[in-house]
Amino acid sequence: MNKAHRYFTGWEGKPLDQILHLVRELVEDPGYPTVKAWRQQGGKVLGHFQVYFPEEIVHAAGMLPVKICGAQSDCFEAESRFGSYLCSIIKTSLDIALTGDIELDLFVTHPICDAARNLSAIWGRNFDYKCQILYLPQNPNSKHTLDYLRSEYLRLKGDIEAVAGRQVTDEDLRRSIAVFNQSRLLFRELYRIRRETPWLLGSDEALALLSLAGFLPREEYNEFLETVLAMVRERPARQQDKMRVVFEGGFCEVPPIDLLQTVSRSCYVVDDDLFIGLRFIIDEVAVDGDPLANLAEAYVEKSSYSPVQHDLRKPKEKMLLERIRNANAEAAILAAAKMCEPGLDEQVAYSKALDEEDIPYFISEFEENQTTFDHLSIQLETFVENIMFD
Amino acid sequence: MAQDQVSLDRQQTGDEIVGRGVREGGRLFKQWFDELTAVAERGDRATYVFVMGSMNEVLKSFDLPVVFPEVNSLQTAIKKVSAELLNDAEDYGYSPDICGYVKADVAMQLRGGEHPMGRIPKPSMAVLTGACNTYIKWAEVWERLYDIPIVTMDIPGTRAAGEQSMPGSEEFGYEHKYVLGQIKELIETCEQVSGKKFDIDRFREVLGYANDMSAAWRQILDLNRATPSIFNALTDGTVFLGMANGFRGTPEGSQYFKQLLEEMQYKVDNGLGILGRTDEGLAPVEQRFRLAFVGVPCYPIFRRFNDLFTDRGGTFVTSSYLWFASGGTCTDVQYDLERPLESFAEGVLFSVRAAMDAMFHQAMTIEEAAVDYQLDGIVYHPIKSCRTVSTGLADQRRFAVERTGLPTLFIESDLMDPRVVSEAQMRNRVDAYFEGLVSRQQQAMA
Repeated sequence: MNKAHRYFTGWEGKPLDQILHLVRELVEDPGYPTVKAWRQQGGKVLGHFQVYFPEEIVHAAGMLPVKICGAQSDCFEAESRFGSYLCSIIKTSLDIALTGDIELDLFVTHPICDAARNLSAIWGRNFDYKCQILYLPQNPNSKHTLDYLRSEYLRLKGDIEAVAGRQVTDEDLRRSIAVFNQSRLLFRELYRIRRETPWLLGSDEALALLSLAGFLPREEYNEFLETVLAMVRERPARQQDKMRVVFEGGFCEVPPIDLLQTVSRSCYVVDDDLFIGLRFIIDEVAVDGDPLANLAEAYVEKSSYSPVQHDLRKPKEKMLLERIRNANAEAAILAAAKMCEPGLDEQVAYSKALDEEDIPYFISEFEENQTTFDHLSIQLETFVENIMFD
Repeated sequence: MAQDQVSLDRQQTGDEIVGRGVREGGRLFKQWFDELTAVAERGDRATYVFVMGSMNEVLKSFDLPVVFPEVNSLQTAIKKVSAELLNDAEDYGYSPDICGYVKADVAMQLRGGEHPMGRIPKPSMAVLTGACNTYIKWAEVWERLYDIPIVTMDIPGTRAAGEQSMPGSEEFGYEHKYVLGQIKELIETCEQVSGKKFDIDRFREVLGYANDMSAAWRQILDLNRATPSIFNALTDGTVFLGMANGFRGTPEGSQYFKQLLEEMQYKVDNGLGILGRTDEGLAPVEQRFRLAFVGVPCYPIFRRFNDLFTDRGGTFVTSSYLWFASGGTCTDVQYDLERPLESFAEGVLFSVRAAMDAMFHQAMTIEEAAVDYQLDGIVYHPIKSCRTVSTGLADQRRFAVERTGLPTLFIESDLMDPRVVSEAQMRNRVDAYFEGLVSRQQQAMA
């Protein structure tokens, strides 16, 4: 693809509030207009389901990695493919593919949960392009894991090359790793701003900015985010007397932006796990040496945590406590997507750990298609008032 | 020997043979729980494992007592105590929308292992595969409750439909190396927990017993292609499953399956079909429609669920449950005792993958089953508790209908929670389904 071509336009020269509005419009558009534009130019697209995916390998092949993360869709097409008792993201993700809102050349899911691991087979029965599982290791504590994961990435690279119609060299991979390292740096800066000066950027605005990384060509995204973060730092916003909270539970299905806007009215969300897959690697990936081995090493050794990865070194409740402390938060919102088994399981462990530490928390469930937030707003305000006037 | 004499001998031995699998299964099952109760009462602990990739072969070579929490939980539903356990777990904080097996187990743990069949010992360690993600979350519960070693055996499954890696390929090579490495790490943990050194000859012996079981298990499933079918894949099959899991790698398990094969072969040779309970005792059941069962049984009304079908002349001749809930050990994997560890790693890869394929890619095999088992219909039973099995069933049904043209029934309930089992509604759906089957049969005969 022509890397100089811009797919997200019309924001240049506009004030920050308008830019954030445009970002939100784009990320909430289930028609993925920028992805369509990419395809119209002859570009190939790999769709990868939540949570983590080594996007660098796709990027190195000149394809566009697109995070498949559901949509605010009516789900008419997909409904007949599923039974009851399922989270929304599983159904709406397939729905946007069945309706043609998003067109792919390759689909990859992961064994992150019992529902998601079914997606490869389901998509495979509904589409002609290849649909597969990338078996990210479930046992990051074995000394054999790194070798396995490097080999699994090599296998994936072969499938990507077949679709892209070109070989991916180590040098291609190193260039892509550098591009994504730049993203990681910018994500860390975005979250530093949230922790240190949360009045400059609401959690709803941050979520929109982050979502964009899921489908915009990465060089363009980096340039955009760098520009926007500079504007955020200069934003004329005043600090308010709001409680500092961590929002936990959006690692896969994410709540609607309106829900976070509701939360932001009562609290400063100073850290969260929203789209944690995009930020799963918490440090730079080494550029020198074997790039696939470096990516594997980063996934196992330099990564965050989520309810869908079991790592003996990272008990989730201890990681959450660390997140709360690092963000200097006073409380936590323990959310879970409806019918999300890993998220609902983890709520129990989180709440017990927070009880022991005497940290207040607010438990809630959400759905990406949710449209009313009045009840949540009242509950949350009560929660905050109880703590602030306790 | 004259033919008449052979028939006479068969008749004399028939009473002993027919029904032996179910009788003996019940006896061994009780013995297993009695032994676990004794372990708990001594204050000793047991290894917790799961049906898909139990690693029983390794654990038995250390003579470690083994607990299958899935089996414990389903027993609470059959024994009608699951509802109160689910309530306990929900009071503790667990959502109504998560796996009922997990919640029943949590409640049992909080009650000190109290179980309708005895007492369940606390865990000394837990071994799990990633064949079901809830295994991982479940093991994390024990990790938190007991601070025990948790060993995850990561077994890569099929990446895309019809693309299973095979020996000799690069993909199989790195998968095998990964699994073998993890098995060696599991052995190290077992040595620490048991205080025993790993004995490769003992391991060979255990593998030999497992080989006997696998060979017989596969043949038994195939024998049900006979007309009339010789066992009920839903009810009898669940008894066989308990043996396949709990007694894998033991002399009792080996003998049980050899005898079960003998029984099933005897029934085929003598044209004996499935026996059902009547007021006058056991009697052959009517077999008008040969059905496949896809999903997980409805344990809260286990017998009555089956009767909804058998009372109308439907017989379950095959079931995806027998494949995945036996951990794929019915794939006839035979371990090479000359290279036990390497061969075991291959077997684990094949069998756990087969278990996963029986859930995710089951639609690919139902076409073959439709012919091999001469199916008249397929019953899909997705459940609230298990998204691993249930997520893809509606789409698999759509695919199966397109490919086979068979009439299907899709009924949702649960394997544990009586609150989501609507028997009257189920009965109406089953009635309507059988009306369709009868009409179809009449049209075919016209």
